[in-house]
Amino acid sequence: MSFPLVKSLVTLAATATLTIQPALAADKVKIGFVSTLSGPSAALGVDIRDAFMLAVKLNGGKLGGLPADVSISDDQFKPDVGKQLFERYVKRDKVDFLTGVVFSNIMLAGLPEAVDNKTIYLSPNAAPSPIAGAQCTPYFFAVSWPNDAYHEAAGQYATNLKVKSAYLLAPNYQAGKDSLAGFKRFFKGNVSGEVYTKLGQLDYSAELAEIRAAKPEVVYTFLPGGMGINFIKQFMAAGLNKDIRLIQPGFGSDQDVIRAVGNDMLGIFDTAHWGLDLPNEANKKFVAEFEKEYKRLPTIYAAQGYDTALLIDAAVRAANGKIEDKEALIKTLKTVKFNSVRGDFRFNTNQYPIQNYYLREIQKDSQGRLVNRIVGQPVLANHGDAYVKDCPMK
Amino acid sequence: MLEQALNGLQFGLMLFLLASGLTLVFGIMDMINLAHGALYMVGAFLAAWLVQLTQSFLLGVLLSVGLTAVVGMLLEATLLRTLYARDHLSQVLATFALILIINESVRMIWGSDLALSAPQALSGPVQLLPGLLYPSYRLVIIAVGLAIALLLFVLVTKTRMGAWVRAGASNREMAMAMGINIKVLFTGVFGIGAALCAVAGAMLGPLFAVQVGMGENILILAFVVIVIGGIGSVWGAFVGAILVGFVDTMGRTLLPHLFREIFSPQFASAAGPAVASILVYLLMAVVLFVRPQGLFSGRS
Repeated sequence: MSFPLVKSLVTLAATATLTIQPALAADKVKIGFVSTLSGPSAALGVDIRDAFMLAVKLNGGKLGGLPADVSISDDQFKPDVGKQLFERYVKRDKVDFLTGVVFSNIMLAGLPEAVDNKTIYLSPNAAPSPIAGAQCTPYFFAVSWPNDAYHEAAGQYATNLKVKSAYLLAPNYQAGKDSLAGFKRFFKGNVSGEVYTKLGQLDYSAELAEIRAAKPEVVYTFLPGGMGINFIKQFMAAGLNKDIRLIQPGFGSDQDVIRAVGNDMLGIFDTAHWGLDLPNEANKKFVAEFEKEYKRLPTIYAAQGYDTALLIDAAVRAANGKIEDKEALIKTLKTVKFNSVRGDFRFNTNQYPIQNYYLREIQKDSQGRLVNRIVGQPVLANHGDAYVKDCPMK
Repeated sequence: MLEQALNGLQFGLMLFLLASGLTLVFGIMDMINLAHGALYMVGAFLAAWLVQLTQSFLLGVLLSVGLTAVVGMLLEATLLRTLYARDHLSQVLATFALILIINESVRMIWGSDLALSAPQALSGPVQLLPGLLYPSYRLVIIAVGLAIALLLFVLVTKTRMGAWVRAGASNREMAMAMGINIKVLFTGVFGIGAALCAVAGAMLGPLFAVQVGMGENILILAFVVIVIGGIGSVWGAFVGAILVGFVDTMGRTLLPHLFREIFSPQFASAAGPAVASILVYLLMAVVLFVRPQGLFSGRS
């Protein structure tokens, strides 16, 4: 018997097994990536996308040993468009993983499409409270942080400072309400104003006049993307920064905002689960490679996008590429270890993370650039969320 | 309170720039031009691009105003002119198509957004009264808005062209019969409308964001203004715009307070912002109920 014949027999046998075994290893990982890539808040989606693709690239185009087939679409900051894209990826393209969305309202519009069709959604940002509690689902993983968490840490920080009065401002949607609820949960002082504006509002003149009249010690805002950039610029232009301290959630004074606003940002404090200078090897590599590839410093959004790709990589590898078996894959995702750029973290029973939250201050680095630096010990250590008790998952 | 009044005035004046062009086109040519907001966007993009190119805010804005006027007149002469004889539905369809075409063209030329900042000298606050700081850039907007409003009044009420415009708005056939060159007048009015759009777009760019689709949101408010003010009346557009500016600004801050006094805190925090965002439409509904032709109708 010559070798070619043996070879073809083996191939034949292999083909036969392929048709018999249902839980076969896939030949690639299909990922649907939906994010906000245009408009004033595009920078956030762009950072998640760029970091996600950087992780894929550093992995040689593979995730978990399988070629990564990532399809990217723009939700245009519109929930209806996001929902359509989810539907397309789930029903037509039959992707293995969905990810990418920045905004909670868009993610919540699309998520039922994924859950109803048993497709796993790995959230690189939006992690709203309803999905953490009563409406939790095995098909949703928050790779980022619960919507309230940054704000809880900020509330705790304000309490540590013995701040007496705080004025709160957020857009009128799910994440806005989650955020201010989070701040108030840990803030012991007096809330002198709590204002909800239209989502996407860009002119804050009326709210700034209110703040001037209310004379709070601290202003805390949850205004992601272009909204926050406009608010901070107008806050400075109105001269309010002379008497009132601005405290921000980490993404509210991150590199994208610093780029847009400039030197006025120096000395602002914020809270986050990640920082450029977190001293772990994975983070050092991430920051260096991101800057090399894109000629800018990564934001929190970028860190979250990168971690999401790392999680997929680790889970697919641990499952030996058998990603068709969803139940087994979900179990793997829950427990698999990977070198997250934030350091150690684990998933709670509701598949939201338990992790540290740090205080950061905007300082000048050795090259004279404005960057966020982590200050002192974590404000909240090994912190979960307040909703897990309502989630029936074990 | 004074600060809120200034904010309302500033927003109202910018709305007036948009609404005055819209009301003239609607009143004189009996043409519904949904693409008016697209010209506002084109003006803002041109300004952002030219400010970057010339490194001068003033020069960039002036050039963008001129260029947008040219774009507006070209549109009128080539395309919109053929729509005057058609019914309103055809005009709405055609100009809606124009919005989509202009939006995508702008996206192809400049991308989906451009950065435009207020000049450095105007980035800080000025002290108006003891204890009242106000952003200097917003004061400049108020000054520019008032100056243009004044200019427009002189133009409409004191000049021959203004007389033609008023004649056209009040009775088009009669104006034509009296020998007014309607074609040139229409193109001219359209050019002025486009230029006013560009002023608003360029001035508001640093406060909002220069992005594709920015025109649609503000166009709706501009239509509310001309419905309130009365179609075809520049004075009506002015009053309507200031009214809408004030109601929007005041509503956003006073209404939640008012609700908190009357209702439970939970209901107030949910309903306050919701009602504030529809307040201008409530105002429009009331005006339509009491005076269906608007506060100052330009038509006889």
